[in-house]
Amino acid sequence: MKTAWYLIVMAVVTYLIRALPFTLCRNKVKSSFLQYFFAYIPYAVLAAMTLPHMLYDGKNPICAAFALLAAIVLALCKRSLITVATGACVAAFLAGLIF
Amino acid sequence: MNSKPLFKQGLKDGIPIGLGYLSVSIGIGIAAVSGGLHIITALLMSMTNLTSAGQAAGITIIAAGGTLFEIALVQLVINLRYALMAISLSQRLDASFTTGKRLFLGAFITDEIYAVATSRDNVNTRYMYGLAIIPYIGWAAGTLIGASAGTILPVAVTTALGMALYGMFVAIIVPAMKKSRDVSLTVILAVLLSTMFRVVPFFSFISYGFAVILSSVIAASVSAMLSVRRRSA
Repeated sequence: MKTAWYLIVMAVVTYLIRALPFTLCRNKVKSSFLQYFFAYIPYAVLAAMTLPHMLYDGKNPICAAFALLAAIVLALCKRSLITVATGACVAAFLAGLIF
Repeated sequence: MNSKPLFKQGLKDGIPIGLGYLSVSIGIGIAAVSGGLHIITALLMSMTNLTSAGQAAGITIIAAGGTLFEIALVQLVINLRYALMAISLSQRLDASFTTGKRLFLGAFITDEIYAVATSRDNVNTRYMYGLAIIPYIGWAAGTLIGASAGTILPVAVTTALGMALYGMFVAIIVPAMKKSRDVSLTVILAVLLSTMFRVVPFFSFISYGFAVILSSVIAASVSAMLSVRRRSA
């Protein structure tokens, strides 16, 4: 029963965070600071979530480093989302066989 | 404009996200089962949350028997970026977005759906429906596959699959850095701050979620201020 409450709380909080600002924000933002801020914030969030946490997340930071390197190289070569993600997994797996 | 091509375009743009989610959510499914969750619980969580970082944190808290307040606070903090993305994306919505459609489609704002949608000048509901469907199905299906297979796959494979999430983040960040010096500066600042919060013992009281929020808000603010100053100079 408690698991159900966990699920409900997670779903409601996550939904409201997305839907309330999406629904209530009707006016175009005029401030050029905010326009820049909103353009930059997603990259800042993703970057802060990736490093350094990626290196601590797996069992082996060396494998994670290889995954990161593979992802950066593939992304620089303009590969698609799925190719970059798969490349990171393959690199981590291969590095795991060696280190 | 005819609305049908917009829906199709959305579907097409959603395919790579859906495939990426399929691999990432397999990792989430594996984590959920190894955290003691039932397969159905894992599936329901994915169908009602659609957030990799939030669900990963949620699974950890449920496994540890945390309080409901704790789980609510962690979701709020980790997923706060969606509020920023929702405000940002709301700037590009066209008149097809009525209140009801905003309330419904708002649930599908994820890092990747946001990144793709926000690259368009105008977002129509048809496009947004198309864009959301395949990632949503991929996310749910991957969770189910991962939760079912979680007990079978060797640890070496499940650990490697955990890297898919970060690979996707890199795939979104790097091309944007190549295009814009300001984005590069933002990313470098965010990584430096997030590393500081993680390694400097003084900041050890700041949790993962808060560290992500602080790093990103400070980095984006500094970059935005510099951009404003340069443009007015």
